[in-house]
Amino acid sequence: MTVTETQDVAARPIGDPVLEASGVTMRFGGLLAVNDVNLTVREGEIVGLIGPNGAGKTTFFNCLTGLYKPTSGQVRFSGTPLPPKPRAVVRAGMARTFQNIRLFANMTALENVMVGRYCRTSAGALTSVLHGPKFRREEAATRARAQELLEFVGLGRSTEHLARNMPYGDQRRLEIARALATDPKLILLDEPTAGMNPQETRQASDLIFKIRDSGLSVVVIEHDMRFIFNLCDRVLCLVQGAALIEGTPEEVQSDPRVIEAYIGTGEDDDEDEGPQDDVPGGEV
Amino acid sequence: MTDIDTPVDDISEAPVAKPGKPIAWPLGLAGVALVIVGSFLSWSYDGQILNDLSINFYPNGLQILAIILALLSLVLLLVEKGPLVKLGSWLDATLGLRALGVGLVLYMVLALVAISVESDGLINVNPGGYVTLVGGLLIAVSAWMLPLHQLRDMSEARMPAWFDILSIAVLMAALLFTAAYALAQTEAWPLILCLVFVGAAATCLFRCGVMTFVSHAGQRHRKVLTLAAFAAAFLFPFTQNGDDTNMSIAGSVLVFSATAMGLNIVVGLAGLLDLGYIAFLGSGAYVAATLSTSAFATIDWKPPFLIVVLVGACVAATLGLIIGSPTLRVSGDYLAIVTLGFGEIFRFSMFNLDGNNGPNLTNGPNGIPGIPDLVLFGFDFGTDHTVAGVELTRNANYYFLLLILVGFVILTFSRLNNSRIGRGWVAIREDEKAAEAMGVNVFGLKLLAFAIGAFLAGMAGTVKAHQDGAVSPDQYIFLESAFLLAAIVLGGMGTIVGVLLGATILKVLPEKLRFFLEYRLLLFGLLLVLMMRFRPEGLVASRRRKLEFHEEDEALAVAVEEERLIAVEEAK
Repeated sequence: MTVTETQDVAARPIGDPVLEASGVTMRFGGLLAVNDVNLTVREGEIVGLIGPNGAGKTTFFNCLTGLYKPTSGQVRFSGTPLPPKPRAVVRAGMARTFQNIRLFANMTALENVMVGRYCRTSAGALTSVLHGPKFRREEAATRARAQELLEFVGLGRSTEHLARNMPYGDQRRLEIARALATDPKLILLDEPTAGMNPQETRQASDLIFKIRDSGLSVVVIEHDMRFIFNLCDRVLCLVQGAALIEGTPEEVQSDPRVIEAYIGTGEDDDEDEGPQDDVPGGEV
Repeated sequence: MTDIDTPVDDISEAPVAKPGKPIAWPLGLAGVALVIVGSFLSWSYDGQILNDLSINFYPNGLQILAIILALLSLVLLLVEKGPLVKLGSWLDATLGLRALGVGLVLYMVLALVAISVESDGLINVNPGGYVTLVGGLLIAVSAWMLPLHQLRDMSEARMPAWFDILSIAVLMAALLFTAAYALAQTEAWPLILCLVFVGAAATCLFRCGVMTFVSHAGQRHRKVLTLAAFAAAFLFPFTQNGDDTNMSIAGSVLVFSATAMGLNIVVGLAGLLDLGYIAFLGSGAYVAATLSTSAFATIDWKPPFLIVVLVGACVAATLGLIIGSPTLRVSGDYLAIVTLGFGEIFRFSMFNLDGNNGPNLTNGPNGIPGIPDLVLFGFDFGTDHTVAGVELTRNANYYFLLLILVGFVILTFSRLNNSRIGRGWVAIREDEKAAEAMGVNVFGLKLLAFAIGAFLAGMAGTVKAHQDGAVSPDQYIFLESAFLLAAIVLGGMGTIVGVLLGATILKVLPEKLRFFLEYRLLLFGLLLVLMMRFRPEGLVASRRRKLEFHEEDEALAVAVEEERLIAVEEAK
């Protein structure tokens, strides 16, 4: 995957907007964690979200996915407003991964992905106890789909391994497979390459292109600039909770304010991170 | 003192850790001979105690148990060296023999103590007792001199299907026989000796790897295992031949088991701590009582029993939903306290709905006595029946009904566990927030667990009302909820076998051991503290629970995973 290919894709006709977040603001007491951020993601687009530590990227994700109820602002998905409830968000077609991996550690890889199918299956208590043909069909379909997704992310051989026993990179992939199991139209990846070596990072960006090519939109939070500028069609830079600049990778890369935000005021940002961690259930 | 003494030499891949002493094997044989000879001799001068151990060449039940342990040792010795050497590559005879040796010594020491206590002093012990004790000591000593083997894993042993099925059947038959024999002991000492015997035999089977084999055979033939277990449970009343006391205990064990299995869904699967669960059993029982034809019943509607079961279960489930919907928003300790409060509210409500403070539904503290026996499809549960020459008493009739109920509860439990809903519960237990972010209906699933648990307890309650013949508020105190929870924790949260085992232990021991009854709270408390310290996952651990209790143990996680991979292979 090279820059050339990314530019080819960028030249494609742009699809309809999938996600439209307007004026999203999140306030924790006196701290303005996210301040009036707008983001539009179109079909088949990869959007990057960058910013120094404590800039509010994850908080913004949490607002989008309903883990937090934004203080103000609106999130529309495929044209309809999203209620700030994680379940409704997943049902609508938006799935996410977590910055610090949150797998179900004592379940196998396959079971983890099968949990992801929960919202797309319907077998209730009675159906499960009766164990009829409908239940068995659905269960078999769930299993087959989970297996398929594990193969898609390259974990086809580790289906029966416990999540906690898997190598770090595989855990990241597994989390992506679990998110994909919810049949999303848009997937939000929170630092998918954190702690990875260059080779794993390359594999991760291959995987993200593969996800995009299967018709999904992707939003990625990342600190690895080379990774993000290779990958994304558009990049949004957040600083201290507010949108600093939004544009193509080239535009963002060359903007002096971005460089200043990362290098010039790094010390201050570290201090900003403090109070946010005190918030109950702060960064997820 | 070379390796040539040991049969393991034949198998090249099994390295011998330490060569044994050549004297060990004959010493063991001598021990076996002594135990058998000693058991045929008189143990006690007094013929009035412990069902008469005083007659030479006529072993009594307790002496036969010693002989059985000796014969097991003989088999293991022959595996070590002799005609059964071929089994030696799978069976760890030495470890099994050690368990048997220690068990035999403990058994004999307790037997001699029992004789001295029951009659007056050690003087009443006859030579036979000492001979057997020495035999046991010899077996133990020889077991520690035999070499330890590093053997192939029994779980990899491949046997023909008929052998698997046969071993399952033999295990179930042994369980049935032991249960019947142990329950037939009316005095404390023989029962304790029986339990020591069971402990020694079970430890031996576990240590030498037989149980590993049987459990894997059970995994290969799951249906056979289930059927065999139910067949054994079904045959149990036929071993009692009209003994109503034991059947009454068995009946209460089943009610307790069914309720504990229901609570197991709430605690073991969904991971919610419910300290007022007995209220759901109570509400089922009260529904059955008020709708029964008892003269004290307060409602004039007398539907057939099957309707009553449904009504009772639904009332309990509704109560579960009512108590659950506001309280399930809190979790952990807070939920425990709220449910504890609910249990008390139920009891006080039943206490006070006596006509003075509201409608008369429950007759207050007097409860509703005189609930008639069930008549289902013309079958009167109150009368004795003779089937195949065996007398089945009233309690045996209820036993069969309760067995069906327990079967239904187990079916519900295991099917829910292996479904989308079960996976959702595990996910919630593992990481509630991640589960929510993956679209799992966290609140709905918790509520569902509460409702299903309550439903099953309500069902059990309707049968219990008829079995007891009366309901009153003081049957449904907090202590009962605590005991239900203790059964689950003791047996193993989230498992079927474990909870059944825990329920059986907690119900049978106080009934059979009177001295136990006085100190049962103390002893159970002690037992639970020890369990939490040394084996928090319970006697029978579910794979996942074990991992949850040992988050830091990487080696365990790998081992569990390997075991699972083998199981998956076998399933194919």
